[in-house]
Amino acid sequence: MTGSADLKPHLARSHVMDLMRQMLRIRRFEEKCIELYATERIRGFLHVYIGEEAVAVGALPTLTPDDAVVATYREHGQALIRGVPMNAIMAEMYGKQEGCSGGRGGSMHIFDVAHRFYGGNAIVGGGLPLAVGMALADKMCNRRRVTACFFGDGAVAEGEFHESLNLAAVWKLPILFVCENNLYAMGTALELTESETDLHLKAQSYRISSVAVDGMDVVAVEAAARRATAAIRAGEGPQFLECRTYRFRAHSAFDPELYRSKTEVEEWKKRGPIERFGAWAEANAILHPTDFAALEQEVAAEIEAAVAFAESGNWEPVETLTRGVYAEVAP
Amino acid sequence: MTRPPVETRIRTSYREAIRAAIFEAMLEDERVFLMGEDVGRYGGCYAVSKGLLAEFGPERIRDTPLSESAFVGAGIGAAIVGMRPIVEIMTVNFSLLALDQIVNNAATLLHMSGGQISVPLVIRMATGAGRQVAAQHSHSLEGWYAHIPGLKVLAPATLEDARGMLGTALRDPNPVLIFEHVLLYNMEGEIAADAGAVEIGKAAIRRPGRDVTLIAYGGTLHKTLLAAEILAKEGIDAEVVDLRTLRPLDTATLLESIGRTHHAVVVDEGWRSGSLSAEVAARLAEEGFWSLDAPIGRVCSVEVPIPYPRHLEEAALPQPARIVAAAQAVMRR
Repeated sequence: MTGSADLKPHLARSHVMDLMRQMLRIRRFEEKCIELYATERIRGFLHVYIGEEAVAVGALPTLTPDDAVVATYREHGQALIRGVPMNAIMAEMYGKQEGCSGGRGGSMHIFDVAHRFYGGNAIVGGGLPLAVGMALADKMCNRRRVTACFFGDGAVAEGEFHESLNLAAVWKLPILFVCENNLYAMGTALELTESETDLHLKAQSYRISSVAVDGMDVVAVEAAARRATAAIRAGEGPQFLECRTYRFRAHSAFDPELYRSKTEVEEWKKRGPIERFGAWAEANAILHPTDFAALEQEVAAEIEAAVAFAESGNWEPVETLTRGVYAEVAP
Repeated sequence: MTRPPVETRIRTSYREAIRAAIFEAMLEDERVFLMGEDVGRYGGCYAVSKGLLAEFGPERIRDTPLSESAFVGAGIGAAIVGMRPIVEIMTVNFSLLALDQIVNNAATLLHMSGGQISVPLVIRMATGAGRQVAAQHSHSLEGWYAHIPGLKVLAPATLEDARGMLGTALRDPNPVLIFEHVLLYNMEGEIAADAGAVEIGKAAIRRPGRDVTLIAYGGTLHKTLLAAEILAKEGIDAEVVDLRTLRPLDTATLLESIGRTHHAVVVDEGWRSGSLSAEVAARLAEEGFWSLDAPIGRVCSVEVPIPYPRHLEEAALPQPARIVAAAQAVMRR
């Protein structure tokens, strides 16, 4: 890869501010979701991204609106950063008609075709073949698009991961694989389930150019993602990013966290993406205490509006229960 | 002097009819492509796609690795962004490796996305027994797929349907699975030279009759027609209905038929327990009970993985003699 200047993040104040804003949007949105879960406004499964924000915030802005995103059941962050309106996401969490998936999907199935956000796939590894097909279609139609596919370390154990990486490499597809390695597949540690825990090596075995980055460092993720998407656009085929990160909260609201120690969680929290980037920005006098306060206020207002939107949303009438099983016309 | 136009008929086989349908679809719509194991250089494991690679090239006649889940999923992914893929899976047994993609993605994306994403995908696969290829290549699992809301399931049993269902399926905005019975590929006959798309979603009466309705599909249709001829010699005039579409089921045609015959036998190469035949029989009992003069009969595969030796395989499958016996039983003859 070249080291040309336009591939590096420019840490101008406005960009720093934006990275901070986006990470805070995810963090505060999900903190609110946890509250709303406790008060039973949100039901079902709720998988939060808290601790992993730097991955979505670093990687996604390197895409253009024409590119596509495929994500997992832990996808609120990717959806927010991709531009899916917070109101529509929150309404979806509530199961209201005004939700981005009409309320039919909930937390795990956020879809927004207008923003080329293709879920919200809650079968581990299930999104990878879809992303391969989307990228294949783009290649066959000579569209210069990138499909970014997010998945966790758990997916690496699935056959679909290996099948998909192989197909993407054989067909040289324009796809960015983003592995969010948070060290646990639900509650089972990576070293208990993988013979090779250096996950980016697996991609190399398929002759896919891959790199492991500090997924707690938003700037490192952005730099790696910029290089990867540039390579894809240059026709170099699929690229693989392993973002080493950590989930600060439980896997879902049902998880008693018996499989890891509080000390381990606390150690990782010291490397929190918001905490560390914020401290750096302040130490370098790029952001000031008043900036943080202003950002917090701005994000709080957006969340408050989203909650109000979801609260005032409507339940789909039971009469339309069987709608949307079969399509009448192809969109 | 003008003469009425004479319909030109051509001789073809089930295999050639499907190939002609693929050929036509590829010519008509550049979004259509065929993808699967050995569809290109090998010519298709049942030779359906033989010659298509030379015609359309490797981009559109796309050989895949033995990765059923990934290439079926890739078909779904390509379909949701505007392509019209035809995915070929060698046999229904192998489709189990892609069950996740078919059931969890193809069948659900429209619904989970609140109607934003439709999946205009066609998946073709061989099904059924009769070639002594034993318990991992011979099963009839189409009934499982017919259980799934969001999928459409077709079972062409005639040359016309082999020729015509694919085009209709490609124009459908939903995922459509086409089950081709392995014993039908060599079936030959004549069809109209201009045969084309056929309606799906409707059953067809293949042999009208007054006394008993024999309901079949796919590979068992021809055994059932044979049984009907034997029954005719014994004075039982059987009507044979070809389901054609396994999901959605055309219950109306079945009810109309038993309204006239008052007797029904369901023939299904799947196993009896939890089968498509069970669903058909249940619907007739729920909605047609008062039309029936006798309990509904069923002829299914014996509940054993399909064995290799010829005599055991034959004994495991529905055969004309068993269909005749079942019809006689419901007629109390």
